[in-house]
Amino acid sequence: MNVKTKVIEILAEQAVLAVSDVTQESTLESLGIDSLGLVESIFAIEEAFDINIPFNANDPNESDFDISNVAAIVRGIEKLLSENA
Amino acid sequence: MKRVVITGAGTINPLGQSVHTTMQGMREGRCGIGDLDFRDVDRLAIKIGGQIHDFEPETVFNRQQLSLYDRFTQFTLISAKEALTQAGLIFAGELSAKAGVVLGTAGGGVSTWDDNYRAVYEDGKNRVHPFVVPKLMNNAAASHISMEYNLKGPSFTVSTACASSNHAMAQAFEIVRSGMSPAMVTGGSESMLCFGGVKAWEGLRVMSRDACRPFSANRNGMVQGEGAAVFVFEEFEHARARGVDILAEVIGYAMSSDASDIVMPSKQGAARAISGALTDAGVNPEDVGYINAHGTGTTANDKTECAAVADVFGQHADRLMISSTKSMHGHLIGGTGAVELLACILAVRDGIIAPTVGYEEPDPECALDVVPNEAREVKVDVALSNAFAFGGLNAVLVLKSAP
Repeated sequence: MNVKTKVIEILAEQAVLAVSDVTQESTLESLGIDSLGLVESIFAIEEAFDINIPFNANDPNESDFDISNVAAIVRGIEKLLSENA
Repeated sequence: MKRVVITGAGTINPLGQSVHTTMQGMREGRCGIGDLDFRDVDRLAIKIGGQIHDFEPETVFNRQQLSLYDRFTQFTLISAKEALTQAGLIFAGELSAKAGVVLGTAGGGVSTWDDNYRAVYEDGKNRVHPFVVPKLMNNAAASHISMEYNLKGPSFTVSTACASSNHAMAQAFEIVRSGMSPAMVTGGSESMLCFGGVKAWEGLRVMSRDACRPFSANRNGMVQGEGAAVFVFEEFEHARARGVDILAEVIGYAMSSDASDIVMPSKQGAARAISGALTDAGVNPEDVGYINAHGTGTTANDKTECAAVADVFGQHADRLMISSTKSMHGHLIGGTGAVELLACILAVRDGIIAPTVGYEEPDPECALDVVPNEAREVKVDVALSNAFAFGGLNAVLVLKSAP
């Protein structure tokens, strides 16, 4: 599974946007995904890739998982997948 | 003390997906109980219930809403929409700050518990959807109504098993009567018709496998239903100033606790709630024309309830009518009092007494006029709605025709 394509698909569905509207530079804020939407997106990503994302909703900035934009999220997932491999 | 009237009603239940179709069903003596249809139903001993079949939540709610709304919340929001549309109240400014929502439910998001326990226990999954908790909590429905309609006053959920709705509506009534708020949204909802929900009830061995026949000598237990009803309780002068249609007046209530047994009903506890409600409402026993019974169809409830009514009303017990509409919509547990209040409105507003259907054999221990099988046209001024819960918690409401 192409990580980038799948992540964009998940975020687009969450944001109720077309896949083409989500780019590598998009931030969650620019996509209109709020904190509840973020938690749901993390869940969908974990389900899709069968990974556990070290994400704490109490303080997202303190988590080991970078969510600053789509590219960072993709990199984080790829790192987790390579650690699991 | 303020007078309190009902200016809006809404429902979805096994008899219909609006107040009109539900009341039509009650007039016709239609039975909404049938075969249960959900996953693993073949592993149940009890396969009947008052299930709402022709309902597709996807056509009413969007994906995001569905991820947060358990079925009991869906039922509540559908009912609230009908009630608030009818009442025509817009909650803004001071009204918004004062008005709240008090709802009853016994189990809350039972099917959300069920689905997710199945996922982690049976399917061995180690992860559940992030909204499981906000979806299953008992106050979810009340909170979503408050958000949808901008209700910022006292709002909470009451959970007293089968009396939840009556306790909730009693609180809403008290809030309006005391002058704390000019209007309150109230009622109740339940949705336990899933594998785990019905399996739990099976354990008690009080469920019927064929029909709910309250007061009938051959009754053999209760039948569960699902659904909701929601009302707008409004201060009378506030409603009159708006010129809105008034469905009925709520004139009193009482609550009591048996303090005796966790499942067996008590005649004294029920009688104290009934007579207390009459006192609170300031009416004489002879004024009461109709009682919507708790009437579960169990041996114990029905004979205890009839004995309590006989005690409170004396000779008048033989002249009033008492029916159990659970014979048609099943026992909606925490939502049941709300749906049953519709039968009381039908009685005091339209002079139609909903019947006890499925009635086959007289029981000397239930020797009252139970309006067997066919609705009746009788003008009634005052009606009572009984609810006697497991755990011995009782709540009775008194309704009167619109002023």
